[in-house]
Amino acid sequence: MHDMHPEARAETQGDHVGCIRLSTAQPGARGEIVEVRADHADGHGVDVHELERRLLEFGFVEGARFELLHQGLIFADPIAIRLDDMRVALRRRDAEDIWVRLDVR
Amino acid sequence: MSEAVLRPARVALVGNPNTGKTALFNALTGSRQKVANYAGVTVERKEGHLTTAAGRSLSILDLPGTYSLRARSPDEAVTRDAVLGKLAGEEAPDVVVAVADATNLRLVLRLILELKAVGRPMVLALNMYDIAQRQGLRIDLEGLQRELGCPIVTTVATRKRGIDELTAQVDALIASGVLATDNVWHEPSAGEIRTAHREAQRLLRAYVRPPERPDTLTAKLDAVLLHPVAGLAVLLGLLFVMFQAVFTWAGPPADLIEAGFALLGGWVGQMLPDGLLKDFIADGLIAGVGSVLVFLPQILVLFLFIILLEDFGYMARAAFLMDKIMGGAGLHGRAFIPLLSSFACAIPGIMAARVIDQKRDRMTTILVAPLMTCSARIPVYTLIIGAFIPDRAVGPGLNLQGLVMFGLYATGILSALVVAFVIRKIFWRGAVEPFLMELPTYKMPSAESVARNLLLRAQIFISRAGRIILPLMVLVWVLSTFPGPPAAATAPAIDYSFAGMIGHAIQPLFAPIGFNWQMVVALIPGFAAREVAVAALGTVYAVGDAEANAGALGARLAEQWSLATGLSFLAWYIFAPQCAATLGVVKRETNSWAWTGVMLFYMTALAYLASLVTYRTAVALGWG
Ligand SMILES: Nc1nc2c(ncn2[C@@H]2O[C@H](COP(=O)(O)OP(=O)(O)O)[C@@H](O)[C@H]2O)c(=O)[nH]1
Ligand SMILES: [Mg+2]
Repeated sequence: MHDMHPEARAETQGDHVGCIRLSTAQPGARGEIVEVRADHADGHGVDVHELERRLLEFGFVEGARFELLHQGLIFADPIAIRLDDMRVALRRRDAEDIWVRLDVR
Repeated sequence: MSEAVLRPARVALVGNPNTGKTALFNALTGSRQKVANYAGVTVERKEGHLTTAAGRSLSILDLPGTYSLRARSPDEAVTRDAVLGKLAGEEAPDVVVAVADATNLRLVLRLILELKAVGRPMVLALNMYDIAQRQGLRIDLEGLQRELGCPIVTTVATRKRGIDELTAQVDALIASGVLATDNVWHEPSAGEIRTAHREAQRLLRAYVRPPERPDTLTAKLDAVLLHPVAGLAVLLGLLFVMFQAVFTWAGPPADLIEAGFALLGGWVGQMLPDGLLKDFIADGLIAGVGSVLVFLPQILVLFLFIILLEDFGYMARAAFLMDKIMGGAGLHGRAFIPLLSSFACAIPGIMAARVIDQKRDRMTTILVAPLMTCSARIPVYTLIIGAFIPDRAVGPGLNLQGLVMFGLYATGILSALVVAFVIRKIFWRGAVEPFLMELPTYKMPSAESVARNLLLRAQIFISRAGRIILPLMVLVWVLSTFPGPPAAATAPAIDYSFAGMIGHAIQPLFAPIGFNWQMVVALIPGFAAREVAVAALGTVYAVGDAEANAGALGARLAEQWSLATGLSFLAWYIFAPQCAATLGVVKRETNSWAWTGVMLFYMTALAYLASLVTYRTAVALGWG
């Protein structure tokens, strides 16, 4: 299991009630992107705002629908995502800034 | 006279990756195209020409795919600069043709909004319209045209449909004298990207009706091909087939080329009087060209697989599956294919590193590619293993010689991973670029485009062989031929040459790792291509035609060398920096003597270190 990020739990008390970071989602999870917000800059090789813009340019925008299709064998990384009507692969560390609300099943 | 007659109007193809820009470029220009590099960067520049129905001549530029003009890689920077007219030696295009995959419009619409800000006259080519129609996708072309303020043409690049309409629209746009408006483009902020997305979304809702029969094939295939276990199994299976093909399919044509050049050399040898000219043409030139061209079949088979898998849409999946495995060593998932190709020959491997868009990742991949055991090392390994390693079983189905061979391959791979890790730490200070990659829908590759691409790779390889590799080969020949032996020579001729002198002079440096002067001398012609070292050993030990007669040479070596020396030579060849062709290509691809130097230095250092440790350990074990 990929543990929920500690910050994710703290955040659920704030303005992201019921939301998780995309980086903590499991295969089969589907839902909607609620917010893309760059808030931590550890060793991405690019600054946080650059990461945010790259995510946005790839279609990770507020309101987009997603489904986590597959994950890698080792450490469940990277992840393959259906994003609206296209498919994108990214590493979990780069998905940390994407907040999503999962559909209730 | 109008300006159009004086110079062709410039048209640039811009769009997301995998939308069919190259296919469209080929459909437009046919064989009237030329591939070069942009000045100062290793990005391929593809330009072609055509004449429109109205008689206007156009020059078409196929630009690297991008999601935004805010460039993130050297390729994308070329696209941005070309569109903005900032590229050294290039003017801004007269017309931009935005190429879009009609079935995947969301991201390209946002790019089009950015392109509009640049203010160049624009035509939108809605490509892959065959797939859109098959899916029952409805696009209100009139409405979209009105909103975007640019003409829209539907195309099927692979079947050359819509090409005439496209050129007619471009022609009309130029003829109407529409001028470029002011360039108001600037790097969009996050907020502006969001706004543009909303606008793109609005356009989609208003003018595009979702497909009635959406593509289900991609999802079905991905269920297997991206599966963590099944996907890796398929990938390994594919690799196995690819390797088999490289060695079996390429075998006969390679033999043919080798035999052909031997024949040619022999024939020229008979035609020319004995002397330097004959030696130069037969042994220097013809043998030199031959020893590079024998790799052409392997390179073509490899590229056939790579192009097929790329066009099918599988490459991104392979990168996905391998990303974590390679990422541990600091390599990008996309480095997988270049490294794999390097098992055949580092040259196509290094050329294939162009698929990696981040400069750092590309550089790391290029630097470690020659550590993969290329097929040119096999003759050397076979010779030394045959001479020094007893052919005996060490377990059920395990043979000691096979085990050593496997060990040599494994050491190469392991050291590549370690070196990649160290390079990341030293040069890139541990920074890891984000890994974001679109997984394109699967498509049947078109035979014509595969053939065209393959031909292009062959041309590039041959022209490189001509311009870089050949001169180096000639240099090596000169070094091992001059000065000629004295009349009463007793030792082989090479012993009296510059190569011999250099060998003798630097032999003390190699004494600590157990190399005698014959070995050092053999290393020098081996610089032309690794397997030439076998022939050179044959020359210095005066065993005729060493490659055909490996047994005799092996026996001779077993007499002359200690086991420790043999093992040390093997260890040297795991790293074996002495391949002029590889260094030449690295210089070309990195456009930097400094990086080429770094590679030569680190590989030599590793080779020396590995040989030193091997030799000393072996001597300590009493094998000296
Ligand atoms: N069915 C169909 N396939 C196409 C069309 N245009 C390109 N392709 C295929 O799409 C893939 C990507 O095309 P390519 O020209 O390499 O895209 P680029 O990355 O934009 O240069 C290739 O497999 C092409 O054969 C088209 O109009 N219809
Ligand atoms: Mg292309």
